[in-house]
Amino acid sequence: MQPMVRFRGVTKQYGDLTVLDTLDLDVAPHEKVAIIGPSGSGKTTLLRVLMTLESIEAGVIEVDGQPLTHMPHHGKLVAANAKYLRTMRSKIGMVFQHFNLFPHMTALQNCMEAPVYVLGLSKPEAEERATALLDMVGLADKVSHYPSHLSGGQQQRVAIARALAMRPKVMLFDEVTSALDPELVGEVLQVIRRLGSAHQLTMLIVTHEMGFAKEFADRVCFFDAGHIVEQGPPEQVFGHPQHERTQAFLSAVLDLH
Amino acid sequence: MSLRTRAMHRRLLVVCVLVSFATGLCVASFAGFREFLPGLLAGAWVTLQITVAGGALAVVMGLIAGLCKLYGVRPLRWLAVTYIEVFRGTSALVQLFWLFFVLPRFGVSLSPMAVAIIALGLNVGAYGAEVVRASILAVPHGQFEAAIALNMSRLTMLRRIILPQALVRMIPPWGNLFIELLKASALVSLITISDLTFKAYQMNQTTFRTVEIFSLVLVLYLGIALMITMSMRMLEARASTGLARGRTE
Amino acid sequence: MEELVDWGFVWDILPLLLRATLVTIEATLIGFGIAASLGLLLAIGRMSRQPWIAWPIAGFVEFIRSTPLLVQLFFMFFVLPKFGLVMPAFLTGILGLGLHYSSYCAEVYRAGLENVPRGQWEAALALNLSLPRTYWDIVIPQAIPPIIPALGNYLVSLFKETPLLSAIAVLELMQTAKILGSEYFRYLEPITIVGLLFLGLSLLAAAAIRRVEHWLTTRKG
Repeated sequence: MQPMVRFRGVTKQYGDLTVLDTLDLDVAPHEKVAIIGPSGSGKTTLLRVLMTLESIEAGVIEVDGQPLTHMPHHGKLVAANAKYLRTMRSKIGMVFQHFNLFPHMTALQNCMEAPVYVLGLSKPEAEERATALLDMVGLADKVSHYPSHLSGGQQQRVAIARALAMRPKVMLFDEVTSALDPELVGEVLQVIRRLGSAHQLTMLIVTHEMGFAKEFADRVCFFDAGHIVEQGPPEQVFGHPQHERTQAFLSAVLDLH
Repeated sequence: MSLRTRAMHRRLLVVCVLVSFATGLCVASFAGFREFLPGLLAGAWVTLQITVAGGALAVVMGLIAGLCKLYGVRPLRWLAVTYIEVFRGTSALVQLFWLFFVLPRFGVSLSPMAVAIIALGLNVGAYGAEVVRASILAVPHGQFEAAIALNMSRLTMLRRIILPQALVRMIPPWGNLFIELLKASALVSLITISDLTFKAYQMNQTTFRTVEIFSLVLVLYLGIALMITMSMRMLEARASTGLARGRTE
Repeated sequence: MEELVDWGFVWDILPLLLRATLVTIEATLIGFGIAASLGLLLAIGRMSRQPWIAWPIAGFVEFIRSTPLLVQLFFMFFVLPKFGLVMPAFLTGILGLGLHYSSYCAEVYRAGLENVPRGQWEAALALNLSLPRTYWDIVIPQAIPPIIPALGNYLVSLFKETPLLSAIAVLELMQTAKILGSEYFRYLEPITIVGLLFLGLSLLAAAAIRRVEHWLTTRKG
């Protein structure tokens, strides 16, 4: 079966600093991958290059069997232009650590904006879709609220609904609970859990919530210094970590719980 | 590097580019260059004098009015506020004309130069008062508290602790005000002072070679603006040695 | 000794000056309309990724900002006819004002646009919104409200600089006052009235701007 997401020899540099180092990664359709690791290891960058927020220096990224960062041109692969990127981008959705909701729009309008102006849905259609999604994340009564009137957890749930409204095939979650007060983390994780079971989504989740990663993910990748150091089913990575760095990281992190 | 200094650098760069471009353009039209430059330089000298003298007056007025507004007794504060509101609420030209045409009525007879310097100095000084006030208020509150805890008098606190820190912050906005003063100095041509604009207008009336003359004029104004910006930058560099400013990285 | 203020004279010239005030206000509003619209275009152009658009615009804006309005007015007044553009002085005047203040407005818009958090741009990109749509629906609505006070201040500044139009013989307030002064050899009354009119109107405008600022910051609640 063809991978939904494929990284082949991907390298990303900021000046002299190499953040992703000839990375290879395959994600199967409907697979839920948790990505853990220390700060600065490149986890967020992985998601950002996939979302085309950043460009890469070397390698190729493929989504749903087609190249993302490059496009076919007379039988060869050349760097993708803006137009091609826009057609590919709609397969991927992203939820950010700091929500990035549009503050001058209500929750409903936030979720309707892209379906109307990118997918070309009519306003009633978009409204129907948005209302259903907001209902699914438990915010049916908050549709006409502005972000400033919502708690962090509620805002993040709107952000999830907003991304889902575009019906992406791949959903990226970039430390989506790190900016939340502890008691609000649970409601967001609950929504993600429900997404995982109900929808046929491929999910890449960068997180510090080890407990969540353990029970939710199909596969866990431990990232360090731009590489995947170790990966496998959660029981394996959490239970019997093979590499020294994995062991060191896990003992430091899990000690806090 | 603070955002303000970076903005100033950017401005500096652009002005440098513009001056060199325009100078090149003028040198290309060599004849006009030869013919008009001496007269225009004489005018530019007058403009520079007015700008510097007016600027000095503006700084004095700005400091006095700003401090009075913050720390003065009631009548002084009221005086400062009135001065600031009146001179900011009316334009430089109105003030210039008023002093030029009306002052003689009160028996005060001044040379046009003096009128120009006073009018512009008072005008920019009113804006400067706000800069002074804002810079003092921007000094971290902890500094004031430390000074009070050490039982310093208000005068000592201002003199030794607050003003030295405020003065550094003031330099970029004052730099902008001086550029505004430079631009306002063009108005003195309307009260018959032989500044750069007056000279240009005169030459234009006799030769009608507007484009050449005014291109030179614009280069000269840009050149003076460049001098002002660079002096302010040097001043800022000298003044901020030892003070941790800008982003900590 | 002649009395200081001839009140009869004041009453005589007041209607004339008030009528001239209308010309001044007209020049202010039209000039600012030009400045505010052109300024936004310049600001967006300056943010362009293409250097051959961004750099000339940046140079142009700096150029206009750094040179006296009076010189620009003279330039336009004398040069435009040479290119066959013969306009009444009033039109030249408001074009000059509009152009000069568009460079200030461009800087204000730029600050406003740059203050929109990066995350907004990224969210719009992640949702695959096109660039024009991103500007129109997401960035500009967030950029404008905070800068309205600054724009308002420039409106007031423009208003106070309309007397410069008297240098190219536009019959606004200052020019009317000067003509009255030279006709009747009494400058005190006309120029003082002009000063008071400007002071009064700009204080009113400043108060209005503060009101708008207050309304904007409490609306978001």
